[in-house]
Amino acid sequence: MTTILTENIAPVTLITGTSRGIGRFLANHYLEQGHKVIGCSRKPADWANPNYDHHIADVTQESDVKLVLKSIRTKYGRLDNLINNAGIAAMNHLLLTPTSVVENVFNTNVVGTFLFCRESARLMKKNNFGRIVNFSTVAVPLKLEGEAVYAASKAAVVCLTQIASREFAEFGITVNAVGPTPIQTDLIAGVSEDKIQALINRQALHRLGTFEDVANVIDFFIKKESNFITGQVVMLGGV
Amino acid sequence: MTTDLYKTLVDLIIVQAEELNEGLKIQIDVAAGENAALFGEGGVLKSIELVNLIVAVEQAVEDKFDLFLTLADEKAMSQKKSPFRTIGALAAYIEKRMQEEE
Repeated sequence: MTTILTENIAPVTLITGTSRGIGRFLANHYLEQGHKVIGCSRKPADWANPNYDHHIADVTQESDVKLVLKSIRTKYGRLDNLINNAGIAAMNHLLLTPTSVVENVFNTNVVGTFLFCRESARLMKKNNFGRIVNFSTVAVPLKLEGEAVYAASKAAVVCLTQIASREFAEFGITVNAVGPTPIQTDLIAGVSEDKIQALINRQALHRLGTFEDVANVIDFFIKKESNFITGQVVMLGGV
Repeated sequence: MTTDLYKTLVDLIIVQAEELNEGLKIQIDVAAGENAALFGEGGVLKSIELVNLIVAVEQAVEDKFDLFLTLADEKAMSQKKSPFRTIGALAAYIEKRMQEEE
Protein backbone atom coordinates (compact mmCIF):
# COMPACT_ATOMS: atom_id res chain seq x y z
CA MET A 1 0.00 0.00 0.00
CA THR A 2 1.12 3.54 -0.65
CA THR A 3 0.13 6.72 1.08
CA ILE A 4 -2.15 9.10 -0.76
CA LEU A 5 -0.75 12.09 1.12
CA THR A 6 1.45 13.99 -1.31
CA GLU A 7 2.69 17.52 -1.64
CA ASN A 8 -0.13 18.28 -4.06
CA ILE A 9 -3.12 17.09 -2.06
CA ALA A 10 -4.47 19.19 0.78
CA PRO A 11 -4.34 17.24 4.06
CA VAL A 12 -7.73 16.38 5.55
CA THR A 13 -7.75 17.29 9.23
CA LEU A 14 -10.45 16.53 11.79
CA ILE A 15 -10.47 18.64 14.95
CA THR A 16 -12.93 18.11 17.79
CA GLY A 17 -14.30 20.95 19.89
CA THR A 18 -13.88 23.70 17.30
CA SER A 19 -16.59 26.14 18.34
CA ARG A 20 -14.23 28.07 20.61
CA GLY A 21 -10.88 28.18 22.40
CA ILE A 22 -7.94 26.09 21.23
CA GLY A 23 -10.06 24.05 18.84
CA ARG A 24 -11.24 27.10 16.99
CA PHE A 25 -7.69 28.47 16.88
CA LEU A 26 -6.34 25.17 15.54
CA ALA A 27 -9.04 24.98 12.88
CA ASN A 28 -8.00 28.40 11.57
CA HIS A 29 -4.31 27.53 11.96
CA TYR A 30 -4.64 24.50 9.69
CA LEU A 31 -6.99 26.24 7.26
CA GLU A 32 -4.27 28.86 6.82
CA GLN A 33 -1.88 26.03 5.99
CA GLY A 34 -4.20 24.81 3.23
CA HIS A 35 -5.80 21.87 5.02
CA LYS A 36 -9.37 20.75 4.50
CA VAL A 37 -10.67 20.98 8.05
CA ILE A 38 -13.63 19.20 9.57
CA GLY A 39 -14.69 20.28 13.02
CA CYS A 40 -17.38 19.45 15.50
CA SER A 41 -18.93 20.72 18.68
CA ARG A 42 -22.23 20.40 20.48
CA LYS A 43 -23.31 23.80 19.18
CA PRO A 44 -23.25 25.31 15.70
CA ALA A 45 -20.10 27.22 14.81
CA ASP A 46 -20.51 30.97 14.60
CA TRP A 47 -17.78 31.16 11.97
CA ALA A 48 -17.32 29.71 8.50
CA ASN A 49 -14.71 29.03 5.83
CA PRO A 50 -15.09 27.42 2.38
CA ASN A 51 -12.61 24.70 3.38
CA TYR A 52 -14.26 24.02 6.73
CA ASP A 53 -17.14 21.64 7.45
CA HIS A 54 -18.79 21.86 10.84
CA HIS A 55 -20.76 19.05 12.44
CA ILE A 56 -22.96 19.33 15.48
CA ALA A 57 -21.93 16.27 17.42
CA ASP A 58 -21.65 15.03 20.97
CA VAL A 59 -18.25 13.34 21.21
CA THR A 60 -19.58 10.95 23.83
CA GLN A 61 -22.19 9.52 21.44
CA GLU A 62 -20.95 6.69 19.24
CA SER A 63 -23.59 7.35 16.57
CA ASP A 64 -22.62 11.04 16.31
CA VAL A 65 -18.95 10.18 15.95
CA LYS A 66 -19.70 7.56 13.30
CA LEU A 67 -21.76 10.07 11.33
CA VAL A 68 -18.93 12.62 11.36
CA LEU A 69 -16.50 10.02 10.03
CA LYS A 70 -18.99 8.74 7.49
CA SER A 71 -19.35 12.24 6.06
CA ILE A 72 -15.55 12.58 5.82
CA ARG A 73 -15.31 9.20 4.09
CA THR A 74 -18.03 10.17 1.64
CA LYS A 75 -16.65 13.64 0.86
CA TYR A 76 -12.87 13.08 0.97
CA GLY A 77 -12.38 9.30 1.04
CA ARG A 78 -9.57 9.70 3.52
CA LEU A 79 -8.43 11.34 6.74
CA ASP A 80 -4.85 12.42 7.41
CA ASN A 81 -4.97 14.07 10.82
CA LEU A 82 -7.13 13.80 13.92
CA ILE A 83 -6.72 16.40 16.66
CA ASN A 84 -8.70 15.19 19.66
CA ASN A 85 -9.12 18.55 21.34
CA ALA A 86 -12.64 18.37 22.81
CA GLY A 87 -12.49 18.15 26.57
CA ILE A 88 -14.01 19.39 29.77
CA ALA A 89 -12.47 20.20 33.13
CA ALA A 90 -13.81 19.93 36.65
CA MET A 91 -12.16 21.35 39.72
CA ASN A 92 -13.34 20.40 43.14
CA HIS A 93 -12.16 18.68 46.27
CA LEU A 94 -12.54 14.95 45.79
CA LEU A 95 -14.75 14.75 48.88
CA LEU A 96 -17.20 17.16 47.27
CA THR A 97 -17.18 15.82 43.71
CA PRO A 98 -20.53 14.45 42.52
CA THR A 99 -20.52 11.15 40.63
CA SER A 100 -22.28 12.84 37.72
CA VAL A 101 -19.23 15.09 37.28
CA VAL A 102 -16.93 12.07 37.17
CA GLU A 103 -19.13 10.45 34.54
CA ASN A 104 -19.31 13.62 32.43
CA VAL A 105 -15.59 14.24 32.55
CA PHE A 106 -14.67 10.64 31.71
CA ASN A 107 -17.29 10.41 28.99
CA THR A 108 -16.04 13.51 27.21
CA ASN A 109 -12.31 13.20 27.81
CA VAL A 110 -11.82 9.44 27.65
CA VAL A 111 -14.78 7.94 25.78
CA GLY A 112 -14.82 10.84 23.30
CA THR A 113 -11.10 10.53 22.62
CA PHE A 114 -11.43 6.75 22.28
CA LEU A 115 -14.35 6.94 19.85
CA PHE A 116 -12.62 9.42 17.55
CA CYS A 117 -9.37 7.41 17.69
CA ARG A 118 -11.19 4.21 16.75
CA GLU A 119 -13.36 5.60 14.00
CA SER A 120 -10.61 7.80 12.53
CA ALA A 121 -8.07 4.98 12.49
CA ARG A 122 -10.53 2.84 10.53
CA LEU A 123 -10.50 5.45 7.78
CA MET A 124 -6.78 6.28 8.08
CA LYS A 125 -5.71 2.64 7.73
CA LYS A 126 -7.10 2.52 4.20
CA ASN A 127 -4.24 4.84 3.13
CA ASN A 128 -1.72 3.35 5.51
CA PHE A 129 -1.21 6.86 6.86
CA GLY A 130 -2.52 8.85 9.77
CA ARG A 131 -1.60 11.25 12.53
CA ILE A 132 -3.57 11.33 15.77
CA VAL A 133 -2.89 13.92 18.45
CA ASN A 134 -4.65 13.59 21.79
CA PHE A 135 -4.87 16.12 24.60
CA SER A 136 -3.53 15.45 28.07
CA THR A 137 -2.57 18.13 30.62
CA VAL A 138 0.27 19.14 32.93
CA ALA A 139 -2.17 18.41 35.77
CA VAL A 140 -1.26 14.71 35.29
CA PRO A 141 2.47 14.89 36.15
CA LEU A 142 1.92 17.77 38.61
CA LYS A 143 -0.72 15.78 40.55
CA LEU A 144 -2.72 18.93 41.16
CA GLU A 145 -4.98 18.97 44.20
CA GLY A 146 -8.56 19.74 43.26
CA GLU A 147 -8.18 18.17 39.84
CA ALA A 148 -8.28 14.47 40.71
CA VAL A 149 -11.07 13.62 38.29
CA TYR A 150 -9.86 15.83 35.45
CA ALA A 151 -6.25 14.66 35.82
CA ALA A 152 -7.31 11.01 36.12
CA SER A 153 -9.25 11.28 32.87
CA LYS A 154 -6.26 12.88 31.16
CA ALA A 155 -3.94 10.19 32.59
CA ALA A 156 -6.26 7.71 30.92
CA VAL A 157 -5.79 9.63 27.66
CA VAL A 158 -2.01 9.21 28.02
CA CYS A 159 -2.38 5.45 28.46
CA LEU A 160 -4.85 5.26 25.58
CA THR A 161 -2.39 7.21 23.42
CA GLN A 162 0.56 4.99 24.25
CA ILE A 163 -1.24 1.71 23.66
CA ALA A 164 -3.04 2.95 20.55
CA SER A 165 0.34 4.01 19.17
CA ARG A 166 1.44 0.38 19.32
CA GLU A 167 -1.79 -1.08 17.96
CA PHE A 168 -2.00 1.43 15.10
CA ALA A 169 1.71 1.37 14.19
CA GLU A 170 1.28 -1.30 11.54
CA PHE A 171 -1.30 0.88 9.79
CA GLY A 172 1.12 3.80 9.39
CA ILE A 173 -0.78 5.76 12.02
CA THR A 174 1.10 7.62 14.73
CA VAL A 175 -0.59 8.54 18.02
CA ASN A 176 0.88 11.20 20.28
CA ALA A 177 -0.35 13.58 22.95
CA VAL A 178 0.27 17.15 23.97
CA GLY A 179 -0.06 18.32 27.56
CA PRO A 180 -0.87 22.01 27.73
CA THR A 181 -0.20 24.22 30.73
CA PRO A 182 -3.00 26.56 31.79
CA ILE A 183 -4.00 28.79 28.89
CA GLN A 184 -6.35 31.74 29.19
CA THR A 185 -9.48 29.89 28.01
CA ASP A 186 -12.92 29.15 29.38
CA LEU A 187 -11.45 25.96 30.88
CA ILE A 188 -9.68 27.92 33.62
CA ALA A 189 -12.12 30.83 33.82
CA GLY A 190 -13.34 29.78 37.24
CA VAL A 191 -9.91 29.25 38.81
CA SER A 192 -8.47 31.91 41.10
CA GLU A 193 -5.40 33.89 40.01
CA ASP A 194 -3.47 32.67 43.06
CA LYS A 195 -4.04 29.05 42.15
CA ILE A 196 -3.00 29.62 38.52
CA GLN A 197 0.14 31.48 39.66
CA ALA A 198 1.03 28.66 42.07
CA LEU A 199 0.66 26.20 39.20
CA ILE A 200 2.77 28.33 36.85
CA ASN A 201 5.48 28.50 39.52
CA ARG A 202 5.81 24.72 39.35
CA GLN A 203 6.61 24.89 35.63
CA ALA A 204 10.23 25.33 34.48
CA LEU A 205 9.01 28.21 32.34
CA HIS A 206 6.87 30.54 34.44
CA ARG A 207 4.12 31.81 32.19
CA LEU A 208 0.67 30.88 30.90
CA GLY A 209 0.69 28.84 27.72
CA THR A 210 -0.62 30.14 24.42
CA PHE A 211 -2.59 28.58 21.60
CA GLU A 212 0.56 28.93 19.47
CA ASP A 213 2.54 26.82 21.98
CA VAL A 214 0.01 24.00 21.54
CA ALA A 215 -0.13 24.35 17.75
CA ASN A 216 3.67 24.18 17.59
CA VAL A 217 3.72 20.71 19.17
CA ILE A 218 0.86 19.49 16.98
CA ASP A 219 2.62 20.86 13.87
CA PHE A 220 5.58 18.64 14.77
CA PHE A 221 3.49 15.53 15.48
CA ILE A 222 1.52 15.73 12.22
CA LYS A 223 4.46 16.43 9.90
CA LYS A 224 4.83 13.57 7.47
CA GLU A 225 8.51 13.43 8.47
CA SER A 226 7.38 12.57 12.02
CA ASN A 227 6.61 9.01 10.95
CA PHE A 228 9.09 7.68 13.57
CA ILE A 229 7.50 9.64 16.43
CA THR A 230 4.68 7.79 18.18
CA GLY A 231 3.40 7.08 21.69
CA GLN A 232 4.98 10.33 22.92
CA VAL A 233 3.55 12.85 25.34
CA VAL A 234 4.96 16.38 25.24
CA MET A 235 4.18 18.41 28.33
CA LEU A 236 4.51 22.15 27.78
CA GLY A 237 6.22 24.65 30.06
CA GLY A 238 8.98 22.30 31.15
CA VAL A 239 6.76 20.19 33.38
CA MET B 1 -33.21 -22.30 5.92
CA THR B 2 -31.09 -19.69 4.24
CA THR B 3 -32.59 -16.32 3.52
CA ASP B 4 -31.86 -13.80 0.78
CA LEU B 5 -30.27 -11.56 3.42
CA TYR B 6 -27.96 -14.39 4.49
CA LYS B 7 -26.86 -14.97 0.88
CA THR B 8 -26.30 -11.24 0.41
CA LEU B 9 -24.18 -11.14 3.55
CA VAL B 10 -22.13 -14.17 2.46
CA ASP B 11 -21.42 -12.41 -0.85
CA LEU B 12 -20.56 -9.19 0.98
CA ILE B 13 -18.08 -11.00 3.25
CA ILE B 14 -16.54 -12.84 0.29
CA VAL B 15 -15.81 -9.52 -1.43
CA GLN B 16 -14.06 -8.25 1.69
CA ALA B 17 -12.22 -11.57 2.14
CA GLU B 18 -10.95 -11.41 -1.44
CA GLU B 19 -9.61 -7.91 -0.82
CA LEU B 20 -7.95 -9.04 2.41
CA ASN B 21 -6.49 -12.09 0.64
CA GLU B 22 -4.32 -9.83 -1.53
CA GLY B 23 -2.13 -9.16 1.50
CA LEU B 24 -2.21 -12.66 3.01
CA LYS B 25 0.39 -15.42 2.70
CA ILE B 26 -2.14 -18.05 3.74
CA GLN B 27 -5.39 -17.00 2.13
CA ILE B 28 -9.04 -17.48 3.00
CA ASP B 29 -10.46 -20.20 0.73
CA VAL B 30 -13.19 -18.01 -0.71
CA ALA B 31 -14.03 -20.72 -3.27
CA ALA B 32 -15.52 -22.67 -0.36
CA GLY B 33 -18.10 -19.91 0.00
CA GLU B 34 -19.99 -19.97 3.27
CA ASN B 35 -17.85 -22.87 4.50
CA ALA B 36 -14.59 -20.96 4.16
CA ALA B 37 -12.76 -21.08 7.49
CA LEU B 38 -11.76 -17.76 9.00
CA PHE B 39 -10.56 -17.83 12.60
CA GLY B 40 -10.05 -20.46 15.26
CA GLU B 41 -10.03 -24.18 14.53
CA GLY B 42 -9.06 -24.72 10.89
CA GLY B 43 -9.04 -20.97 10.31
CA VAL B 44 -6.31 -19.19 8.40
CA LEU B 45 -6.46 -15.71 9.93
CA LYS B 46 -4.17 -14.32 12.60
CA SER B 47 -5.80 -12.05 15.19
CA ILE B 48 -4.85 -8.82 13.46
CA GLU B 49 -6.04 -10.19 10.11
CA LEU B 50 -9.40 -10.98 11.68
CA VAL B 51 -9.50 -7.41 13.03
CA ASN B 52 -8.92 -6.10 9.51
CA LEU B 53 -11.66 -8.34 8.10
CA ILE B 54 -14.19 -7.35 10.77
CA VAL B 55 -13.47 -3.64 10.24
CA ALA B 56 -13.92 -4.08 6.48
CA VAL B 57 -17.14 -6.08 6.90
CA GLU B 58 -18.59 -3.54 9.35
CA GLN B 59 -17.80 -0.80 6.84
CA ALA B 60 -19.40 -2.75 4.01
CA VAL B 61 -22.54 -3.39 6.09
CA GLU B 62 -22.69 0.31 6.89
CA ASP B 63 -22.39 1.23 3.20
CA LYS B 64 -24.93 -1.31 1.98
CA PHE B 65 -27.55 -1.14 4.73
CA ASP B 66 -26.82 2.27 6.30
CA LEU B 67 -26.49 0.46 9.61
CA PHE B 68 -23.73 0.77 12.21
CA LEU B 69 -22.90 -2.61 13.71
CA THR B 70 -20.12 -3.39 16.16
CA LEU B 71 -19.54 -7.07 15.55
CA ALA B 72 -16.76 -7.96 17.99
CA ASP B 73 -18.63 -7.04 21.13
CA GLU B 74 -19.46 -9.02 24.25
CA LYS B 75 -22.43 -10.60 22.48
CA ALA B 76 -20.09 -12.12 19.90
CA MET B 77 -17.61 -13.25 22.53
CA SER B 78 -20.32 -14.93 24.59
CA GLN B 79 -21.58 -17.13 21.74
CA LYS B 80 -21.06 -20.84 22.36
CA LYS B 81 -19.72 -21.16 18.83
CA SER B 82 -17.57 -18.28 17.61
CA PRO B 83 -19.30 -16.23 14.91
CA PHE B 84 -15.89 -15.72 13.34
CA ARG B 85 -15.16 -19.38 12.55
CA THR B 86 -16.44 -19.36 8.96
CA ILE B 87 -17.86 -16.93 6.41
CA GLY B 88 -21.27 -18.57 6.88
CA ALA B 89 -21.13 -18.26 10.67
CA LEU B 90 -20.25 -14.59 10.37
CA ALA B 91 -23.07 -13.98 7.86
CA ALA B 92 -25.56 -15.71 10.16
CA TYR B 93 -24.35 -13.67 13.12
CA ILE B 94 -24.66 -10.38 11.21
CA GLU B 95 -28.16 -11.39 10.05
CA LYS B 96 -29.16 -12.10 13.65
CA ARG B 97 -27.74 -8.77 14.83
CA MET B 98 -29.52 -6.92 12.03
CA GLN B 99 -32.84 -8.51 13.03
CA GLU B 100 -32.23 -7.43 16.63
CA GLU B 101 -31.63 -3.86 15.46
CA GLU B 102 -34.99 -3.69 13.65
